[in-house]
Amino acid sequence: MAEVAEQEKVVKAKEPLFSKKNRKLVTDPLTDNNPITIQVLGICSALAITAQLKASIVMAIAVMFVLGAGNVVISLMRNIIPPKIRIIVQLVVVATLVIIVDLVLKAFAYELSKQLSVFVGLIITNCIIMGRFEAFALANTPWKSFLDGIGNAAGYGIILIIVGFVRELLGAGTLLGYKVLGDPIEKTGLFAIGYENNGFMLYSPMALIVLGIIIWIQRSRNKALIEDH
Amino acid sequence: MAKNTDSNLYTVLFAIGMVVVVGSLLAFSASYFNPTISLNRKLEKQQNILYAMGVNESTLTSNSEDVNNFVPTDKVIDEFNKYITKQLVIEGDKVTEDNQAFLIDLKKEADKAKNPSYVRKLPLFIGEKDGQKFYIVPMRGVGLWDAIWGYMALNEDLETVKGVFFDHKSETPGLGANIKEPFFMDDFTGEHIFAGDQFKGVVVAKGNADPKNENKTDSEVDAIAGATITGNGVTVMIKKDLSMYLPYFKTLKK
Repeated sequence: MAEVAEQEKVVKAKEPLFSKKNRKLVTDPLTDNNPITIQVLGICSALAITAQLKASIVMAIAVMFVLGAGNVVISLMRNIIPPKIRIIVQLVVVATLVIIVDLVLKAFAYELSKQLSVFVGLIITNCIIMGRFEAFALANTPWKSFLDGIGNAAGYGIILIIVGFVRELLGAGTLLGYKVLGDPIEKTGLFAIGYENNGFMLYSPMALIVLGIIIWIQRSRNKALIEDH
Repeated sequence: MAKNTDSNLYTVLFAIGMVVVVGSLLAFSASYFNPTISLNRKLEKQQNILYAMGVNESTLTSNSEDVNNFVPTDKVIDEFNKYITKQLVIEGDKVTEDNQAFLIDLKKEADKAKNPSYVRKLPLFIGEKDGQKFYIVPMRGVGLWDAIWGYMALNEDLETVKGVFFDHKSETPGLGANIKEPFFMDDFTGEHIFAGDQFKGVVVAKGNADPKNENKTDSEVDAIAGATITGNGVTVMIKKDLSMYLPYFKTLKK
């Protein structure tokens, strides 16, 4: 909570919209404070939906919308939310947002909503959202909270997209549905010289291994991220 | 801050206020969007039925690249009326014509049919394209996570498959969700649902020795890797729902 108190102080002084501190709110979660690889939040959805690159991208956008909007709503209400039931209030806000988004999509972008259907439920349970509400939006102004939401969702999205990229490429030999490595049945492209898709890549355990490799690379490049035990 | 947000009274009042605001907001948006959403669903059903019998965007544009797209939503009502010549409802031995048959909710019918005295309403669509007649059967079953459903168009011989369409509520993207991908659905075309006199349906088979699907009489298509349970669900759905139509098909073949 020390971090929160510090940010409370910063709010007092008027600062430009994209001050250095505000920019940091967006850029930090992309690298050294990434919600998945450093905070270890949202792992579940990162494993479940990354078999395809497209699904990863769609999920990243959906989470960005919900987290950005939800952070603003919570931040606007931060002084009137009773502390005893704040978790419930947060849950209600995210659930309401998700349901409304779902309805709007079903009415005006039916095709897109069909692709999203699986993820809508997953968004509600995504720990990143509750985590950011609790740790940031409850103590900060709407604009800062908005930036924080976008930043964290982007950090989440980047990891999702990397994992999705690796899994779809090695598992199915396609990217966004295009056969970039050739046709495995007709034996064209790479498949002509004996390459085979790794079906194991399509299963969730492989996503965890890919994620582990990303975490390993990140920590070996920046030793400060390694916790002391 | 003047208010004591920690008091019990405030907490209770806040909770009540929140429930009222959120509840009315959701109720309002649900009823506001409902007509649009149900229209979308209706159009989608028509698109799916047409897709199964081989009427898709390329039928309108004559561009073979559009073969995997549905008839556009703004034209689907006209196209549906044009290609679907008859919609039947089969109730036991009674067969009636009903041009709203495509709106019959298979799930509700299946639930009602748990009562043994209930005679289930079975919708059947008869389509005609380029002088050929097709019988389109709707199906509904369960995949790994939730419902799967689809349509199977049979040729006039009532033995070979003209085409299929599958969809699902929440199968895993990249695995079970691939049942609605053309590469999977196209495999069904030409398959026989009978082996001799024996009704077999079409089996989604693992370890299929025929991945290019050249053997059309084996009543088997190649399964999707990593989607065993969804694939089995498709097999069961086809067998179960198609078999309900067999008595009627027999009367047609005579």
